[in-house]
Amino acid sequence: MTSTLDTSTSTEPQEASPPPKRPRRSRRNLGSYLILGVLFVIVLFPVYYGLVGSLMGERDTNSFPPALWPVHGLHPENYGDALDIIPLGNQYLTSVLQTLGIMVGQLVTSVLAAYAFVFLPLRWRGFWFAVFLSTMMIPFESIIIPNYLLISTWGLKDTIAGLTLPFLATGFGTFLLRQSFLSFPTELRDAARVDGAGHFRFLFSILVPLSRPSLAALGIWSALSAWNMYFWPLLATEDPKHQTIQIGISQLQSSDGDSPGMVLAGVMLALFPTLLLVIFGQRFIVRGLTAGAVK
Amino acid sequence: MTVPTAVAGTARRKGAWAALVYLLPALVVFGVFIFWPLVKSMLLSVQGTDILGNPSGYVGFVNYGTLFTDPEFLTVLWVTFAFTILTVLPSIAIALFIALILHGRIRGVRFFRTAFALPFAFSVATASVIFGVLFNPASGVLNGILSHFGVGKVAWLTNPDLALWSVSGATVWMQIGYNLLVISAGLGALPDDVLEAARLDGASGFRLQRSIIMPLITPQLFFLVVVGTIHSLQSFGQIKILTVGGPEGRTTTLVYSIYEQAFANNNSNYGYASAQAMVLLLIVLIITALQFGVLERRVFYR
Repeated sequence: MTSTLDTSTSTEPQEASPPPKRPRRSRRNLGSYLILGVLFVIVLFPVYYGLVGSLMGERDTNSFPPALWPVHGLHPENYGDALDIIPLGNQYLTSVLQTLGIMVGQLVTSVLAAYAFVFLPLRWRGFWFAVFLSTMMIPFESIIIPNYLLISTWGLKDTIAGLTLPFLATGFGTFLLRQSFLSFPTELRDAARVDGAGHFRFLFSILVPLSRPSLAALGIWSALSAWNMYFWPLLATEDPKHQTIQIGISQLQSSDGDSPGMVLAGVMLALFPTLLLVIFGQRFIVRGLTAGAVK
Repeated sequence: MTVPTAVAGTARRKGAWAALVYLLPALVVFGVFIFWPLVKSMLLSVQGTDILGNPSGYVGFVNYGTLFTDPEFLTVLWVTFAFTILTVLPSIAIALFIALILHGRIRGVRFFRTAFALPFAFSVATASVIFGVLFNPASGVLNGILSHFGVGKVAWLTNPDLALWSVSGATVWMQIGYNLLVISAGLGALPDDVLEAARLDGASGFRLQRSIIMPLITPQLFFLVVVGTIHSLQSFGQIKILTVGGPEGRTTTLVYSIYEQAFANNNSNYGYASAQAMVLLLIVLIITALQFGVLERRVFYR
C-alpha cells in the first residue's frame, strides 16, 4: 500500500498525456481478444454441444468422428423421447416443489432469525451466533448417514417432505439477511415504533418490503442450490416417479447410452430454469457471492 | 416506552424470550438435521454394524483403527488429495486469467462475462452427463476431434491412469463460472483512484496486474482457495455419474467412499462409513480453522 501512496504524489505533471497510450492499448487488446476467443470456445463448448447435441439425430452423434453440428437435420423429437422414457413430467414437478419448499422455508427461517439477531434483545447473542456459524462449517456429506436413517425411519422416503426438511434453515441465508438488516436506517425503525408498530408489524410491513434485493439474492441462491442438488435426492428417493429431475437425467444416461441426443435433451430440460436464473439474476447472485465467506 | 424500572426488568426478560422464539424455527431444523445427526455420526463411528445395517454395539475405535491400516482407505485419502489439487488451483487460475482480460476495458465485456458465467448454471448432474457424452470413447466428440490429429481413441474414464484427470477436468469446468463471478466482483470493487494513480505513473499491462491488482484481490483469491478446497472435498455427483469410483478405485474420493460403504449395493456398513465421515468433518474443520487463523494474516486486506 505504501508504494501506491508514494506514486500517487508524483502523478500531477503527467496528467495531460493520455493520448500517446492509445495505440499500445489497442495492440494489447488484439492479443487479449485472441486469447479470450480461444478460451471462449473451450469453456463454452460443453454448453454449445449440450444444446446442439440435444437436437441431433443418431446419424450425427453415433458416427465417428461425430458431427459437431446437425448435418442430418434437426431432431426436436429428442425432447419428446426424453419425456417418454423416464417420468420426466413427474420429476419436473417434484423438483419444482422441492425447490419452492426449500426456498420459502429458508426465506422464512432466515428472515426471522436475522431479525432476532439485529433488532431484538437476544440473550447469549454470541452463543447463538456461534451456533448458526457452526452449521456452515459442517459438511452435509459428513452427517448424511444419520439424516438418511432419520428420513427412512420416519417413512419420508419418496416424499417432498423428505427432500426438503433437512434444508429448511440456513446459516448462510441468516448472515446474508443480517448483513442487510444491519444497514437498515434506525430512524425508520424508531419512527415505526413511535407509530405503534410491534415487532411483527415492523418486520413484515416495513423491513421485508424494503429488503427485497437481499431477499431476492437469498431466494435465487436457495433455488439454485435446491434445484441442482444431487447426493441427497439420490438417497431420499427410490421410486423413479418421485425422483428429482437431476436424478432422472443421470439415469437417462445409463439407461440409454446409444441416444446421446435424447440424453442431452433431458439435460437441457433440467438446465433451462437455472440457465435463466444465471442470465437474468446475475446481479442478485453476485450479491450473495461472498456472504458465505465463512463456509 | 416509559415503564417503571421493576416492570422494565420483567419486560426485558420477556423480550429476551420473544427473541428466542424468532430463532426457534431455524434452531429446530439445525437441531434435528445437523446437530443430532452430528452426535449420531460420532456414535455410529464407534459402533459395529450387522448385515442389516443396525448398530451392533460399542466397538471403541476399531473402525478408526481399520481405517488407517486399510491400504484401500489410504488410497482414498490420496485420491481425495490429488483430486483437490487438480481441481482447485486450475479452476482459480483459469478464472483469474479470464477475469483479468475482461477487466482490461474491452468491447462486449457484459456479453463475455455472462457467457463465461454460464457453467455456474449447471448442476453437477447436468454437467457430468454432458461430459459423459463428450468423453464417450467410441463416439464422443473429444475423441472425434483428436482423431483429426491422428490420435487414437482415448479411454478417458476407464484408463486407470487417466480417469482422475478426466473427472478433475470436468470439475474444473464446473467451478470456473463461480470463481469468475467472485474474482470479477473483486475486480469491480477495486478503488479507481489507486488504479488510475498507478496507470498515470506508467504502470500498465502485466506490471499493473502483478504489482497493483493481484495484491488487491488476494482476499478474493484466498476465499476461493478455501471455499474451493472444501467444495472439492465434498464432490460426489461427477464421480458417481462418470466413473462410479473406478477404474480400480482410482477415482474413489472420501465422499464417494462414504457413499460406497453406506449405500452402494446395500452395503449398509454405517459404522465404518461414519468413521470416514468423521475424517471428512475433521479435514474440513481444520481447513476452516486455518482460514480463520494462520493464513488470514498474510492476506492483503484493505
